[in-house]
Amino acid sequence: MLHATLSRWIALALVLVAGAGTTWASAWAADAAGRVPRPEISVDAATQCIAAPDVMRRTHMDMLKHQRDRTVHLGERGVKVTLNACIDCHAGKGAGAAAGSVVGSPQAFCETCHRYAAVKLDCFDCHQPKPGAAPAAAAAAKQ
Amino acid sequence: MSERDQTNGKAAQATAQAQEAKRPGASRRALLGAGTAALAGVLLAPGIRLIEIAGAQMQRAPGEPVTDKVRWGMLIDTTRCSPDCNECVKACNTENGLSGRTGPTDSQWIRKIEIKYERTGRTVSAPVMCQHCAKPPCVDVCPTGASFKRADGIVLVDRHSCIGCRYCVLACPYKARSFVHEPLTEQKPDVPRGKGCVEGCTMCVHRVDRGQQPACAESCPEGAITFGDLNDPESAISRRVREIATTRIREDLRLDTGIRYHGL
Amino acid sequence: MHASQLTTPPSERRFWLMVALGGLLVLLALGAAHYMETSGHIVTGMNNHVVWGLPHVFAIFLVVAASGVLNVASIGSVFGKADYKARAPLSGLLCVAMLAGGLTVLSLDLGRPERVIIAATTYNFTSVFAWNMFMYSGMFAIVALYLWTLMDRRMNPLSKKVGLVAFVWRLVLTTCTGSIFAFLVAREGYGSALLAPMFIVMSFAWGLAVFHLVQSVIFAWNGLPLPDHVHRRMSRLLGVFVAAVLYLVAMHHLTNLYFARNVDFERFILLDGGVYPTLFWAGFVVAGSVIPLLLIYARGFGRQRDTLLASALVVAGAFCALYVLIVGGQAWPLNLLPGASVHSTFYDGQIAPYAPSLPELLLGLGGIAVAFLITTIGIQVFDFLPRDVSRPASAEGQAR
Repeated sequence: MLHATLSRWIALALVLVAGAGTTWASAWAADAAGRVPRPEISVDAATQCIAAPDVMRRTHMDMLKHQRDRTVHLGERGVKVTLNACIDCHAGKGAGAAAGSVVGSPQAFCETCHRYAAVKLDCFDCHQPKPGAAPAAAAAAKQ
Repeated sequence: MSERDQTNGKAAQATAQAQEAKRPGASRRALLGAGTAALAGVLLAPGIRLIEIAGAQMQRAPGEPVTDKVRWGMLIDTTRCSPDCNECVKACNTENGLSGRTGPTDSQWIRKIEIKYERTGRTVSAPVMCQHCAKPPCVDVCPTGASFKRADGIVLVDRHSCIGCRYCVLACPYKARSFVHEPLTEQKPDVPRGKGCVEGCTMCVHRVDRGQQPACAESCPEGAITFGDLNDPESAISRRVREIATTRIREDLRLDTGIRYHGL
Repeated sequence: MHASQLTTPPSERRFWLMVALGGLLVLLALGAAHYMETSGHIVTGMNNHVVWGLPHVFAIFLVVAASGVLNVASIGSVFGKADYKARAPLSGLLCVAMLAGGLTVLSLDLGRPERVIIAATTYNFTSVFAWNMFMYSGMFAIVALYLWTLMDRRMNPLSKKVGLVAFVWRLVLTTCTGSIFAFLVAREGYGSALLAPMFIVMSFAWGLAVFHLVQSVIFAWNGLPLPDHVHRRMSRLLGVFVAAVLYLVAMHHLTNLYFARNVDFERFILLDGGVYPTLFWAGFVVAGSVIPLLLIYARGFGRQRDTLLASALVVAGAFCALYVLIVGGQAWPLNLLPGASVHSTFYDGQIAPYAPSLPELLLGLGGIAVAFLITTIGIQVFDFLPRDVSRPASAEGQAR
């Protein structure tokens, strides 16, 4: 009795492994063929981000998460990490094909990498993805 | 501080022109001088107010956190409110990107209430928004701590932690909170808001942090709303609440609200 | 008759049919929740004035009844009554099942259900809602442990101690559930210390009613008669609990009536509020309390099928009572300025509108379906059938 149950479990496990393996293999093959387009970042060469690209790529999420709590709860303003500044630069005039919004199209700045990495963004449920800070903010910044 | 430089510059200019008035062609120059001085005065009057308010806030350096040295509050003189006026509501809607619609599921951060005292028949019109209590029930009941009170007295919702349970909407004695019932796309960059989170009047914290007034206070054509630092005895609002009788809505709950009313 | 010696084995076909039905309801609920999450709560009947609606009626019923159903086990373990001890494992299973159902509905109704992880890890302990999250999670663990001590012979000696912990934990849990409403200072329908003990007694009544319904069905489908002495005990206990609930609800409303400022609210809820007085009087008082009391105690009644009907009516009355408490309490406007009438664009001074919608109903039913599925599968897989102690004078002559 036990032998029959065990062999059934082994058969099930083998089927699952085979299925998973096939899926993984086909995804790997498809990736090499470009099923999911690789990210293309277009930025104005003259501007400088707050840190080097490889640092930003790896830590932008931690920077944003850490600073957002300080801005919201402690009221810190005029700091290095502000989402609106990222959007103004990366979807603003110098952004080429990415201009207009940081999400919503395959070339949009945030979307292009997040689509590739399959990491869902929920920032823009609340934050405005199109650039264009209020005029008063720009005036205050000048002061 | 450029406005202060402006003041000094224009004052010096006016003095110089007054001296020139004694020479030939002085009458034209005198007119120009007087006109400039008058214009400077008119232009600077709101600026002086801004400096007074900004003075408290502008001292915060970039990255400097708020402290409880300041307590922001508002005084609303309802004797200057009319049932036909809702400029404060319109300004709030524009500033914060609200739809302005008034259906059961639409967010209203500020609304005009029309009051009628049953026994005497007296009617009053007044705007009601989040009262920014010092002991906010919404903060007590929020399970994740998303509803919180900033050190300077402004009660806010941290939408990064809000799970949308709506318990704070139930708890608020003023029904100041709204829940976002549908996906939004036209948010203002300075006012993030979204589906599934609770929201309410922020006392235009994004403006206050820049040294400006809340939109409702600035837009009132009758100057009914005075915004300022309740902890500063020399601020306009503190002086005014010393002079005139003011009350707070549901004072019996002892929540120590930051919004005071005159004429209720 | 021992469970393993039954001449009629539990029907496999019936089991799969129940699983299919339960599964279908759960799928519908998940679909409704997904619809609510992607389109926003605008697709429901809830709005900025009545923020908690039909899903919360279902969820709070499930959570309160879950706590109360464990009472049966507590009477066995903590108070040592043998008849109840035999029923302890089933009671524990029902507790876990209904708790899971209630929490499913609550979590899926959140504005941001994907943040339930934040709710489970970030606690603001001044919030009784946070306390509830904490107590519910702990309840699962404690009842699981309790079930283990009951069903594993080696762990049996520990069952009394663990049973006591479970008993105290669930008293605190139900107090916290009642406190969600009790601590709302500004609303005339809430803000009363009486709500916490009221919820406790409600849990006793509703839990026992659910237990009796489930137990009767299980016994019937297994071809076993419910022993008369067990039935008599449970029906009398149900009667006591139903009377106690009626008493506390009456006290709550009477006290409110003494406060002149609350009289208008009471008139709304008890007299001219439309659906709310109807549900309160017809649903909760008459159908949910008086008729069950008659079915249990009146001469000519008191038979097993009367108690079954009484239990079903108590459950229906529970839903009515919760609807009046939760929705009615919110429909009544806040009193910003005592002595004045107020109106605005934000339903100040007006009764808030609310009409239940289909997604809400499906979500609520899904909670019941989750509880149903867990119970059905649990009973099929494990030995939860109560094994009654033999009574020499009993006609059935049940041997242990």
